[in-house]
Amino acid sequence: MLELATISLLNGIVYGLLLFMLSSGLTLIFSMMGVLNFAHASLFMLGAYCSWQLGRWVGFWPAILLAPLLCGLIGAAIERYGLRRVHGRGHVAEILFTFGLAYIIEEVVTMIWGRNAVANGVPSAIDFPLFTVFGTQFPAYKGLMMAISVAMFVFLYLMLQRTRIGLVIRGALTHPRMVAALGHDVPGVFVLVFAIGSALAGLAGVIGGFMLLTQPTLAHVVGPIVFVIVVLGGLGSLAGALIASMLIGILQTFAVAIDYSLLDALRALGIAVTRGSPWYDVAAIKVATAAPMIPYLLLVLMLIVRPRGLLGTRDA
Amino acid sequence: MRAHRRRVVAVAVALALGAGSAAADVKIAFIDPLSGGGASTGILAQKTHQFYIDAINAAGGINGEKIELLSYDNKVNPQESLIQLKKALDEGARYLVQGNGSAVALALTDAVQKYNERNPGKEVLYLNYAAIDPALTNDKCSFWHFRFDADADMKMAAMTSAIAGDKKTQKVYLINQDYSFGKAVAAAAQKMLAEKRPDIKIVGDELHPLQKVQDFSPYVAKIKASGADTVITGNWGNDMVLLIKAGRDAGLKVNWDTYYGGTPGTVSAVREAGVDTLKQVSEWHKNAQPDLDTTVAAFDKRFPGAENEYAYWRAKTMWEMFAAAAKKAQSNDPAKVARALEGMKMSTPLGDVEMRADNHQLLQPLYVSTLEKGQKYDAEGTGLGWRTDTKVDGKATALPTTCKMERPK
Repeated sequence: MLELATISLLNGIVYGLLLFMLSSGLTLIFSMMGVLNFAHASLFMLGAYCSWQLGRWVGFWPAILLAPLLCGLIGAAIERYGLRRVHGRGHVAEILFTFGLAYIIEEVVTMIWGRNAVANGVPSAIDFPLFTVFGTQFPAYKGLMMAISVAMFVFLYLMLQRTRIGLVIRGALTHPRMVAALGHDVPGVFVLVFAIGSALAGLAGVIGGFMLLTQPTLAHVVGPIVFVIVVLGGLGSLAGALIASMLIGILQTFAVAIDYSLLDALRALGIAVTRGSPWYDVAAIKVATAAPMIPYLLLVLMLIVRPRGLLGTRDA
Repeated sequence: MRAHRRRVVAVAVALALGAGSAAADVKIAFIDPLSGGGASTGILAQKTHQFYIDAINAAGGINGEKIELLSYDNKVNPQESLIQLKKALDEGARYLVQGNGSAVALALTDAVQKYNERNPGKEVLYLNYAAIDPALTNDKCSFWHFRFDADADMKMAAMTSAIAGDKKTQKVYLINQDYSFGKAVAAAAQKMLAEKRPDIKIVGDELHPLQKVQDFSPYVAKIKASGADTVITGNWGNDMVLLIKAGRDAGLKVNWDTYYGGTPGTVSAVREAGVDTLKQVSEWHKNAQPDLDTTVAAFDKRFPGAENEYAYWRAKTMWEMFAAAAKKAQSNDPAKVARALEGMKMSTPLGDVEMRADNHQLLQPLYVSTLEKGQKYDAEGTGLGWRTDTKVDGKATALPTTCKMERPK
């Protein structure tokens, strides 16, 4: 029991940090630009593909730097030549633009790398067990992922709260004209923010690609959960996103370990639900089977009870 | 002069029409996922079918007519499949080929059965090359449905016989996808292990959501905690690859008895950790024969690249039987071809095969194989290849059926 609990907690933290890594760039872009970027998961996917491709050409370590850089450049181009033009037409236009972009990126990825998953295995440099608990190995690349995820949080937090450029970025969101009047290049700031957000997605993709499968459906697979985290944590709140990620990661992991159903709980309370009852089938669903539903359940509950999310400052 | 010209035009038109009717091919509708998550398997199957159809056409076609494969994307969705079937029927298809997803197959057999009852003389014949829910050849069987892959129970029988022979197996964990096929695999494993090795304990019977789980670590933790020495899974696609990947990451030491360990990506995900432990049940693997079959080698040459790794031997059997049945029937009419297929026997490079007349299930040799080093042909360029542990002859794979087929008069 202790064994399962320890391993589950560890797995939960790993999964939570992966989710945070995925959503940090999105949170940044949303909080600083007010743009809900539907193509975020696609940039994550591009990061995974680029690191695999570059890894074959120049080796893993240069690739881990170059892939996010490339994603950042692509992000900058998207902002400069696409998003900026639709920006004036309001949020619906922006959302539709990024939505369309997600489809285009998926098709381009399919055209270049094919429909099947590429063999994006863990590079031998980080392919060893870091430590062993209760006979279960903990792979080194997951350790690297955790470190990068935490570093991302610290970097973003410090940059936004403690640096001058962070001040300008935050100012540009609420008072763009004033910031511009003070001589700052506001459109340039937006390009920078979008580029950083995209680069973070790319970096997440480099590491996430090892854990998930690097294939054209990758963006589809991670897209919904990323939005759940951003909404749950509070739109635009970095700390909120971290808390929401860990919450979902740990809850979902522990739920898988629970083989009991509502039926067992009722039985313990002395209430018998017979097979003939219309509620039998629903009550017999094990918590473990329902585990993947938990994030979405939390999303719905959060929107009903507290639409601004855990640490959000404005309503979704 | 004018009359002459008119005559020339008339001849030209007649020629064109004549050519048109000669080219009135036998249209076969291929309804499977060609986009989205299932696209990689669907497109590989499409290429394989086209490959064998081209071979039939190159040899003169069937009864002088060429076969044309029309493809329809169903996104592995039963409703979408029915819409595509209607489209295919409108475009003149009289044969249907499908394989991915038993839920789709169940919807299609039902639709084909009803269509044929209402449209006598215009019947459609359904050739199933991969959907292996046992119900399709038992309670839900149809005269118009023929299955060319061994069903989940037949594969489980081969797998459990191999497991029963290994005295070291004590604790078995079942993990499957939460839908009709996954449940069928779990039920068959429970029943057959209890019959063959009552001393084996089933320490877990897990159903997880279909193609939705990204991180299988929590499931691996559960398998580890249960103390299982063997895991049985019918998982396919991403669910297979991600499960085995999570097992490798955690250093889980178990035997993996799988239906789809040969799924593209699985061997490269598990690599050395799968040696001696990853097993699969299939109708073919690359080392099943001493030398690669000539058609397989030709396929590899025509479709190079990792995503085109040959996987559908049963498609070869299916098309060869189909051509033979049309020849025997001396007609390309689906009703006559269906009659000819019933009970048809054929010999293949791997052994004799027979299409059962009572439930339209193909009996073909099955292989239980293990991933090993130093095999002649490797998988996915990993240097590791499949080695046959046991081969079950086609006849020996037969199981009793509950099928009560309504035959057309």
